[in-house]
Amino acid sequence: MSDSRTAPDRIKLAVEDVSKTFRVRGATGEKDALLPVLRHISFTVGENEIVSLVGESGCGKTTLLRIVQGLVRLDHGTIRLDGHVVSGAGRDRGFVFQQPNLLPWRTAIGNVELGLELQGVAAAPRRQAAQRLLALVGLSVAARQFPHQLSGGMQQRIGLARALAIDPAVLLMDEPFSALDAQTREILQRELLRIHAETGKTILFVTHDLDEAIYLSDRVIVMGAKPGRIKATLPVPFPWPRAELPLLRGEPAFQTMRAQMWELIRAPSAAAA
Amino acid sequence: MSAPLAGPGPEAVALSADGVAEDVAPDIEELGPPPRSHRNKIIRLVSVVGVLVAWEAFGRQIDPLFMSYPTAIGTAAIQMIRSGELTAAFLDSLGTLLLGFFVAAVSGIGIGLLIGRYRTVEAATDWLVNALYATPLVAIIPLVVLWFGLGFSAKLFIVVILAIFPILINTAAGVRNVPQPLLDVGFAFDATERQLFTKFILPASLPYMMTGLRLGVGRAIIGMVVAEFFTAITGLGALIVKYGNQYDTAAMFVPILTLMLLGVTLTALMRRLESWIAPWKDTVGD
Repeated sequence: MSDSRTAPDRIKLAVEDVSKTFRVRGATGEKDALLPVLRHISFTVGENEIVSLVGESGCGKTTLLRIVQGLVRLDHGTIRLDGHVVSGAGRDRGFVFQQPNLLPWRTAIGNVELGLELQGVAAAPRRQAAQRLLALVGLSVAARQFPHQLSGGMQQRIGLARALAIDPAVLLMDEPFSALDAQTREILQRELLRIHAETGKTILFVTHDLDEAIYLSDRVIVMGAKPGRIKATLPVPFPWPRAELPLLRGEPAFQTMRAQMWELIRAPSAAAA
Repeated sequence: MSAPLAGPGPEAVALSADGVAEDVAPDIEELGPPPRSHRNKIIRLVSVVGVLVAWEAFGRQIDPLFMSYPTAIGTAAIQMIRSGELTAAFLDSLGTLLLGFFVAAVSGIGIGLLIGRYRTVEAATDWLVNALYATPLVAIIPLVVLWFGLGFSAKLFIVVILAIFPILINTAAGVRNVPQPLLDVGFAFDATERQLFTKFILPASLPYMMTGLRLGVGRAIIGMVVAEFFTAITGLGALIVKYGNQYDTAAMFVPILTLMLLGVTLTALMRRLESWIAPWKDTVGD
């Protein structure tokens, strides 16, 4: 339990001067356009820390997360994990997608086992680990169910368990709760904090929900668009363990931070000015 | 994996007790097709009886040379089963059908996987596949006879050539249409090329293959009958020709109805297999 966390002194994940440009294929007869999506992005995430990336749509926050995972190639810059440069996809990072993306032909437990199976872990320890993770996300009862038999919230829990199963150094979460209804979202946010307290995972979290960013994070990185860049990094002024979100919303400091983030997001981008 | 992933402590249990994990148990739905309404069954039964009675009544008015009726067909069927003629013809046809369908399934799925997976293979063969699929392949039977003669291999070839295309095309489509998000999961877990194929692409395209097989069965039956008409006359096709030539219309109906039953049964069987192998597709439908 990391009840009273101080600023982490060990850097787990470092994103150094990352840039990315997409080539947008033009309509017939037109030239291809170059779309800069990320420009000189640098930040770090400390061990055990939860950092959120927020920003208007199109600011490249999801692209950034996918670059860290190795799903998208970067044009320039470096990603370091525990000080080592990583390139390409890796089993040291766990990814939770916006949609659960479970394999429909596998049971819940089969989906959780997937990562370990791909790593060649033998069936028995694999199953044991998956059972432990299902218990962690509160879904032991659903082990034999298929994804289409589960609600969206349950599917996303499985998605989280699947990412955690490979015991990744960092957990990357791409708007994982955005497709859920408000109540389920709040339940899962609370669950995530509990799971974080139990596992001590380092988490990089992408969201467009400002309340969610404040509630879940140690620090929030606000990004701007065209091209995507970091506008500010804000520490969250609330202690751990966090009070429930509805209570937190009543705090003046919450409102102040929220307003500040909103200001930053709405501020005209430097490029346009 | 050790300490950090230990199971939930007492706290977790307490949390689920006061409702944190509330969306767990009650959401588990009953699945499977909706219960078929009793009313529809009765309507269907009445319809079947009505058609049979009307057929019987009308059929009796018409010269038995041109048309027959259920009781006459039934009598003919019993005679043909007693003499062993129907069973022998049926087994003969079934042999051609099953072997041909098997060859079509194996090679269709194999070629379909290659076409779906490799752009080069697709570009090299798609025009040929499309052209052959569009050709009424019955037209090449004289050629098949030149190549294979009138025997078993000619029949087999006709069944295969008719059944293979829907299997091949659906399999290729299945491989091409694996949802990108699922492949992303594979990439995120750093799956090897081989793992990507066996653990993602292959299972994801299974429902398409099953659809291809179901469509292929129908065409295989057509191929079988056509082959029995136009090459050495054997099996159920031979019975139709024989009783047609004898102007025994009631007896001619027996192999026709047998073929109908065979088609219905095999297609239903494939459908069963389809929803058994890919139960998640039930909710999507096809």
